[in-house]
Amino acid sequence: MKIRFLRVGVASCGIAAGADKVFEKLKEKAGDIPVIGVGCLGHCYAEPVVEAVTDSGESILYRDVKGTDEAVDNILALGENNHFVIPEKRKAHELVKVLALAGKVDPTNMDDYIANGGYEGLKKALSLSPEEVVNQVKISGLRGRGGGGFPTGTKWSFLAAKQAEEKILICNADEGDPGAFMDRSLMESVPHQLLEGMLIAAYAMGATKLFIYCRAEYPMAIKHLKIAIEQIYKAQLNVVNGRKLEIIIKEGAGAFVCGEETALIASLEGKRGTPRFRPPFPTDSGYKGYPTMINNVETFGNVPVILREGGEAFAKVGTENSKGTKLFALAGDLKNPGLVEVPMGTTLNEIVFEIGGADRDSVKAVQTGGPSGGCIPVELFDTPVDYDSLKALGAIMGSGGLIVIGKDRCMVETARYFLDFTHRESCGKCTFCRVGTMRMFETLERIVAGKGKESDLDLLEDLGKKIKAGALCGLGQTAPNPVLATLRYYRNEYIDHVKNNRCTARQCNAFVKLAVDKDKCIKCKMCIRTCPVNAIDENFNIDPAACTRCNSCLDVCPKTPFSGRI
Amino acid sequence: MDEQYSFLKQIDPESSNLIKGLQQIQAVEGYVSDDAIRAAAEYFNIPEVEVEGVLSFYAQFKRVKPGKYQICVCDGTACHIKGAPLVHEWLKQELGLDPGETDADGIFSVETVACLGCCSLAPVMSVNGKVYAKLDRKNLKKILKEYAEK
Ligand SMILES: Cc1cc2nc3c(=O)[nH]c(=O)nc-3n(C[C@H](O)[C@H](O)[C@H](O)COP(=O)(O)O)c2cc1C
Ligand code: SF4
Ligand code: SF4
Ligand code: FES
Repeated sequence: MKIRFLRVGVASCGIAAGADKVFEKLKEKAGDIPVIGVGCLGHCYAEPVVEAVTDSGESILYRDVKGTDEAVDNILALGENNHFVIPEKRKAHELVKVLALAGKVDPTNMDDYIANGGYEGLKKALSLSPEEVVNQVKISGLRGRGGGGFPTGTKWSFLAAKQAEEKILICNADEGDPGAFMDRSLMESVPHQLLEGMLIAAYAMGATKLFIYCRAEYPMAIKHLKIAIEQIYKAQLNVVNGRKLEIIIKEGAGAFVCGEETALIASLEGKRGTPRFRPPFPTDSGYKGYPTMINNVETFGNVPVILREGGEAFAKVGTENSKGTKLFALAGDLKNPGLVEVPMGTTLNEIVFEIGGADRDSVKAVQTGGPSGGCIPVELFDTPVDYDSLKALGAIMGSGGLIVIGKDRCMVETARYFLDFTHRESCGKCTFCRVGTMRMFETLERIVAGKGKESDLDLLEDLGKKIKAGALCGLGQTAPNPVLATLRYYRNEYIDHVKNNRCTARQCNAFVKLAVDKDKCIKCKMCIRTCPVNAIDENFNIDPAACTRCNSCLDVCPKTPFSGRI
Repeated sequence: MDEQYSFLKQIDPESSNLIKGLQQIQAVEGYVSDDAIRAAAEYFNIPEVEVEGVLSFYAQFKRVKPGKYQICVCDGTACHIKGAPLVHEWLKQELGLDPGETDADGIFSVETVACLGCCSLAPVMSVNGKVYAKLDRKNLKKILKEYAEK
């Protein structure tokens, strides 16, 4: 068997794991075998990943590859070490449509994309009337993947019906949910697919100016998109409706609220990203007063698929009211974090345990929708994941970030973390959001510091409801969700903090003391020497007032004799 | 306009490009100084207060000069639950720096960012844009040492 070519996953996640070194080393040693840098295969837990494709077309995967001679030689000899077999369970649930080419094509090579069916969707669209394209999207049942879940076809028909000299089309690539990376992966791995989706949309709605608003933290996504845009300009694929369409990338500047449509438009105009009252809706008056459509990256990523296979076929996958597949970014306390694409309606059990490989006994809950969402306890994991079922549980689908929370995590602390995020990200326009989230955050700080009162719980609930009612935009309207959801499902943990003077999960420093287990201790004194604040005396007693809970002593102890958390 | 900011001329002086202009300034100088605000206000024909208003709204912009190596510790959801607070603790021990601070020699500065998009490899941080994954105390020390010796 001979190797025809090699693929190395060099998206940001791969590079963070050291794939750039592997890539260089392979190029150095592979001789005439082409080494192709590709995007993300989704198996972030196994990165760096290398795929060797043989003469007979067989694909052999390697995981955790190091940039050493030894590791690279092993691959070039198609050796046995570090073989990567994609778990059967994952294969059984996965349905890869939007990400079909991620990790397969070179993101900087348009011909590679075209050779694999790229721009077929655009071709198909151009052979139909614009109305028919909108209609196909309607039939497909596609709903916005940016979090709101509004039917895309319906939204498009609003803008399509407008008569205006300029119509603006914006791709929302702000991906503000801290814990989500679906959009990043799509843009880095198959930038042309996003562009194809946008061009189809521009044709369907008669848009004249295209923007991609991408967060600045994604330099590789921006780089790949820029290259891809140059390529389509050259190939004249951007000529739609007889006009040469310009696609402009604008970098965000680090404000979560700019993911909200009206704030995003303000930011594009160079202003402070403050949401404004709707109506007028962007489709009536958006960027510089022109009718404007905003869609999410993944939404656009679905569009070429719909055109290629037809709206009806697309709608065969999924549940009654949520069609197609969904990308999920899995992270947190599980064995196989990464990106996965599954049909809508796959249950959390399947995603978290069978795909994510989380340990059944150690999972407490999952957080969906990031800081705007809520937690779902493990007891409810047979819930199918779609827009409506998650809403019924007090969580939201959000954009697809799924954070698995283990049993040793404190839910009060988790809620505090999210409020810390939202109160800082509030734009400050609405009093309830600006001051209310601050007060909720302070209350939670008090509780995790062991200074909470029972009445604080009612206070949190009351304030939460009022903020939801009194906020102008989605940020404020959803900010209390993580607190309300944890209060709903884990009230006992709150009670433990405020009444029983303990942290149920033994995480909050204020309730936890470290102590050396003197029976096991071999008196090596490593801990004493390591402690940065000299909290351990020569008799191995730890002064709780001095200890900062940095855990350094636990790290260095050869015997782990710390009885640990009390 | 000051010679120093002549690079702004590559950007169309349209007011919607203000953020882009400020990003360009920060890319060149590492932060946005009072002089830079004046230059941007003049170039884009926007009152200085408004430039300052935009600047203070976005977390990306810095008003003080950062160190030669900018350490950005991710405190996104995944990194937070995987120990981002500990990473800050270690940095404090190694460098004596809290988020937002720069050391006296101007070598290192530390800040917090929300999600670098590598959540599956949490906890992560970046140094001048290069991402380091699966941090623990040991490899953090090694990374800092490498930079300190550069
Ligand atoms: C505070 C806030 C943050 C948001 N962040 C994002 C985001 O990062 N990416 C995104 O696509 N949509 C985000 N949205 C949703 C957008 O406002 C909008 O609904 C979406 O981009 C529409 O596209 P879709 O119909 O394709 O989902 C956010 C909304 C709010 C209120
Ligand atoms: S709800 Fe909060 S973020 Fe939204 S407009 Fe009001 S203050 Fe700003
Ligand atoms: S946890 Fe840190 S501060 Fe506390 S005793 Fe151990 S080394 Fe010292
Ligand atoms: S939460 Fe740290 S990279 Fe996403």
